Amino acid sequence: MSSATVGNSGKFSLYEWIFTTDHKRVAVLYMIGSYAAFFVAGLMAMLMRTELATVGPTITDNPTTYHVWLYFHGAAMIVAYMIPALTGYFANYYVPLMIGAKDVAFPRLNAFSVWLFWMAIILALLTFVIPDPPDIMWTGYPPYSVMTAGNTAFYTFTVLLLGFSSITGGINLITTIVRMRAPGVTWGKLNMYIWCVLSAFIIQMVFVPFLGDAVIMLILDKYLGTNFFNAAMGGSALLYENIFWAYSHPAVYVILLPAMGILFEIVSTFSKNRIFIYKGAVYAGVMGTMAMAGEVWVHHLGTSGNPEWLVTIQVFTTLLISVPVGILMISLVGTLYKGSIEFKTPMLYAVGFMFLFLIGGLTGIPNAMSAIYLHVHGTQWITAHFHYVMAVSMTTAIIGGTYFIWPKLTGKMYNETLGKLGFYLFFVGVNCTFFPWLYLGYLGMPRRYYDYAQFPQFQPLQQFITYSSYLIFVAGLVILFSWLHSLFKGEKAPDNPWGARSLDWTHTETPPPPGNFKEPVTLPADWDPYDYSKK
Amino acid sequence: MDKSYLKRLSYLLFAPLLFVSVASAETGNAIPVPHEGWDHLWLEMMIDIVAIGIIFALVTIYLLVKYRRKNPNDIGEAKPMSALSVMGWVLIPAFVFIADDVYLGVKNMKHYLEFRRPPENSYTVSVDAYMWGYDITYPEGVITSNELRVPVGRPIKVNLTSRDVVHTLYIPDMRTKWDALPGKQMFLWFNPDKIGEHVMTCTEYCGMLHSGMHGKIIVMPEKEFAKWVEENKPKPQLQEPAPAKAPAQPQTEVKTEGGKI
Repeated sequence: MSSATVGNSGKFSLYEWIFTTDHKRVAVLYMIGSYAAFFVAGLMAMLMRTELATVGPTITDNPTTYHVWLYFHGAAMIVAYMIPALTGYFANYYVPLMIGAKDVAFPRLNAFSVWLFWMAIILALLTFVIPDPPDIMWTGYPPYSVMTAGNTAFYTFTVLLLGFSSITGGINLITTIVRMRAPGVTWGKLNMYIWCVLSAFIIQMVFVPFLGDAVIMLILDKYLGTNFFNAAMGGSALLYENIFWAYSHPAVYVILLPAMGILFEIVSTFSKNRIFIYKGAVYAGVMGTMAMAGEVWVHHLGTSGNPEWLVTIQVFTTLLISVPVGILMISLVGTLYKGSIEFKTPMLYAVGFMFLFLIGGLTGIPNAMSAIYLHVHGTQWITAHFHYVMAVSMTTAIIGGTYFIWPKLTGKMYNETLGKLGFYLFFVGVNCTFFPWLYLGYLGMPRRYYDYAQFPQFQPLQQFITYSSYLIFVAGLVILFSWLHSLFKGEKAPDNPWGARSLDWTHTETPPPPGNFKEPVTLPADWDPYDYSKK
Repeated sequence: MDKSYLKRLSYLLFAPLLFVSVASAETGNAIPVPHEGWDHLWLEMMIDIVAIGIIFALVTIYLLVKYRRKNPNDIGEAKPMSALSVMGWVLIPAFVFIADDVYLGVKNMKHYLEFRRPPENSYTVSVDAYMWGYDITYPEGVITSNELRVPVGRPIKVNLTSRDVVHTLYIPDMRTKWDALPGKQMFLWFNPDKIGEHVMTCTEYCGMLHSGMHGKIIVMPEKEFAKWVEENKPKPQLQEPAPAKAPAQPQTEVKTEGGKI
């Protein structure tokens, strides 16, 4: 590719990495950034769990310190870890390779997206050095976020940078998918991951501006004296809650869909089997989720004083999202049917997802029921539910997906025993942490509590959860070690170690050179990314 | 769009459901006990989702065991499906899910409306939430902080508002909560059917002492409650000594000012 962009000399050069426009390197930059956010936000979780181990102060006697950890944990995990990992890292790596393109449509815009992302990461990390860090939770509800001494502007600008990054990334990858598919890669033969990521980006493009509006209005209120959310001057805090959740609920599907896409690839590859009801999964599952993403948010305001007619609508629209998501699950599990299943590490993560997401999805049903919600809203039930359905399930997709593309990405194989050990520790750890957590929420333990003097009877359960959560951290270290071990000691990976049939494995070297394919991809008429009977 | 238009549209769409739920909520003369209803609904919903979960999990485990790879060169044997069977696999589960959703949704609305329709004979108190506590005003004029005393067996309606940021009044034992928003009047009600103490606490993040924002609800026998109200009512004659104290200060002020002159 001849252009004025920075090439790849084959040797390590920081300059080449920073100014790269190669989608694979951009993907690695996203990967490092999002895993760094995951690590720091995970450390915050460990600190919080330790604090909650006993009634009263455990490691800090300042609730605001705890609230800053909590703010960072929530905000970083969602906007700096999950969304960039799934739509930045995996999408940048997979999309051009899977559709047989040399690169993304706008490589320099792609570099710009990853720069914005890194600036946001740096801005977010400044939370720990500025004098009045934000203590407003990732939701940033006014009037508190307007009244607090905490620096809400850091929150706003981190979110805005990531929003811009996401929109430029979306423009880029949507254009790539629509315009740059190799001849023969037709809409009816797209990989599930491509469908999922396309839908996720469409949701992201439509709804990110809502979040931008909400946080801009927030700093206007705080620093320039406007009154959007000030009840005394005729504004309303409910306005913010609505605009915020109008983005932040669809964001769940921005995270869910690409994660599902990765798992479809893994399950199909390790079962050597077609996607079960491929067209149903695409048109009813993926498209259905995309179409319904925007009509679910009102249930987040379940105790905020919505009129009964709105509650009635909200109950049914929220319950009905179970239909497309259920069809995606049926398709994913159905792909095992008549398959030939090999339990390598990525597949173990995919199997883990099937169970974790099942718990997460089913514990969402009570949240849609407005009467049940009156008790569980704002309790640990909700946190446990979304840790199952988002945090833990999506992490199985991100870590499992990383093991899956590891040989292609690095050119090295990982150690299977270490990989499996990491998975088992992770699986046991998350269940021992979040299952009791659900029960704690049912008993009435509220979320975002630095202390629980009014519920001293919960201390034994809290301690059990704290110790279990350390196991997750240990699992994380084992996983990290397995990757580092592979980088330094791993065997050289063959071009297609898993016997996959999609273009990213069959038509490229390991690791793929700049430009991806030696010659333009040409495909036979009966090519299908999930047809394992060939070769 | 005009709100009332939306409202009418929603009634049109969900009229049968709403009718069923409203009708069932309004039958029966005894005072409902919403938290008991909640426990029934919870149990029923739990049976529902646990059943779905077990079916899904068993099918998954069966498939994982049955179709594990026996020979390294095996490949999956699933055949491409006809459009009709794909439609079947989409529409039948979709129908089952929708049926279950509607069933749970309608059941839910009945209980929800019970929670949101305080009986006429409710004893009404006002709660002002603030950073970080609850001020409670009784109809007789008693004012307390973080301690709500109520007579047993009588429905209690709480009129709720906030003086600063968004708070929530949450009573875990009564299975209910509602937000307190600045500049808005909200309400919730509960039916304390047994004597005892309950926790009330905040569940909307409100700053530093959010987790310390809690109080007690004390359910008392009716007679004791009446006695307590009588004892704590603001009494007109008791307030007189207070104004008597007040003039003392202006006097000293006058003196010093006089001294200056």
